Amino acid sequence: MNAQATIGVLALQGAFDAHVQHLNALDVDVRLIKTEADLEEIDGLVIPGGESTTMSNLLVASGLGKTLTQKIDNGFPVFGTCAGMIMMANSIVDGRPDQIVLNAMDIQVRRNGYGRQNDSFEQDIDIASFDVPFHALFIRAPIIEKLANDVEVLSTVNGHPVLVRQGSALASSFHPELVADFRVHEIFVSVVKSS
Amino acid sequence: MSSSSNTAQVGSFPVKRGLAEMLKGGVIMDVVTPEQAKIAEDAGACAVMALERVPADIRRDGGVARMSDPDMIEGIKAAVTIPVMAKARIGHFVEAQILQALGVDFIDESEVLTPADEAHHIDKYKFTTPFVCGATNLGEALRRISEGAAMIRSKGEAGTGNVVEAVRHLRSILGDIKKIGTADSAELFEWAKRLQAPLSLVQEIAETGQLPVPLFCAGGLATPADAALAMQLGASAVFVGSGIFKSDNPAPRAKAIVEATTHYMDAKILAKVSAGLGAPMTGIGMDEINQRYAERGW
Repeated sequence: MNAQATIGVLALQGAFDAHVQHLNALDVDVRLIKTEADLEEIDGLVIPGGESTTMSNLLVASGLGKTLTQKIDNGFPVFGTCAGMIMMANSIVDGRPDQIVLNAMDIQVRRNGYGRQNDSFEQDIDIASFDVPFHALFIRAPIIEKLANDVEVLSTVNGHPVLVRQGSALASSFHPELVADFRVHEIFVSVVKSS
Repeated sequence: MSSSSNTAQVGSFPVKRGLAEMLKGGVIMDVVTPEQAKIAEDAGACAVMALERVPADIRRDGGVARMSDPDMIEGIKAAVTIPVMAKARIGHFVEAQILQALGVDFIDESEVLTPADEAHHIDKYKFTTPFVCGATNLGEALRRISEGAAMIRSKGEAGTGNVVEAVRHLRSILGDIKKIGTADSAELFEWAKRLQAPLSLVQEIAETGQLPVPLFCAGGLATPADAALAMQLGASAVFVGSGIFKSDNPAPRAKAIVEATTHYMDAKILAKVSAGLGAPMTGIGMDEINQRYAERGW
């Protein structure tokens, strides 16, 4: 649509500041999203890492959850990292029964799939269309257990998809916002600009 | 610091610091039973601190306060899906080894417990599990970071329900960071000397304008307004200890503190969530206590 995209970063809890810094480096207008009214002015939303149960509670309390789900149903671009990926899934394993499912992508995700913090790790990964590997941090990361046929897998680690795209939805189980490398965020900015 | 490798590396500093980043904007709550841990998770806590007695009770009971019973920590780990932290005594690296073996997600080398070493803190680089340490000023914060802490929290004065010391510590740490930001390169040597902190960390602060690890607030927070105060002063998240489960009505108070930490700039939301919570913990004035926990650690 417009050359200057406005991207929101869900700022209820978690590593939202790091996403803001990355997006600021990519010539987009960035907004922190805390209330329902904040959603009106943005062309796409980043859901950061953090605790998905905490964010789920706050989505309900703030009234954001309902409006966001409606927007996503209409193809609103979203990019979730770690906890954000969990929230975007259509099915969550080992979550809380009352946890919000935004249903932005046809994936089933297991929370803390790699284990506890002592199992968190960093590793170089290959990503489709990137010439040079990407350094990825996995922090109490979720695992994608099932995915629909039209979910495009852009990267895998030990056979598990870690970066996936379906239409205008992008999700990673790692944290591209924690390394000084903007290439994954660039993918999302181009999704937002072309939608 | 990040290694370039195709093989997975666990326990590196970026991986430890990464979990601290994920806890930003959240509330970490002290809990002493699995039931309390569930209440905390239900209320939206981003992590729980598993301990046998909350600081207010440690203060009342006196005696030596030590690491919690592993059975108690396991019970809390089994009850919730959010990260679980636990406390080791200052300098007690064996308690820390035990907590790491138990698989806790964060170790708090805490002045609330009775110190085990009066000269040395734990060498935190030797551990896979990340550490959080308390600090009353920037020098103390930087010494802990140089030992490998992945998160710093203000010490405040735990178990008092009185936010005044936490405010003092936050203002001191953040005030000095601001001053270093305007210092010239020659003045940084003097800053390092005065703070008794590594020059490289002082230079890093001069360049970035912030602490190299997330700064959280702890020690005496009891109300949603206390949490929002800490956030407005510049903390990235808050710990609430005795303030929740020593109050009249823990579950709604916990939820209100979570919402206040998110919407800390919105006074209308703060007014709404502060209403009808029942009595907070009674609290005590600084001139009424005979042991200041914040003086422990060096």
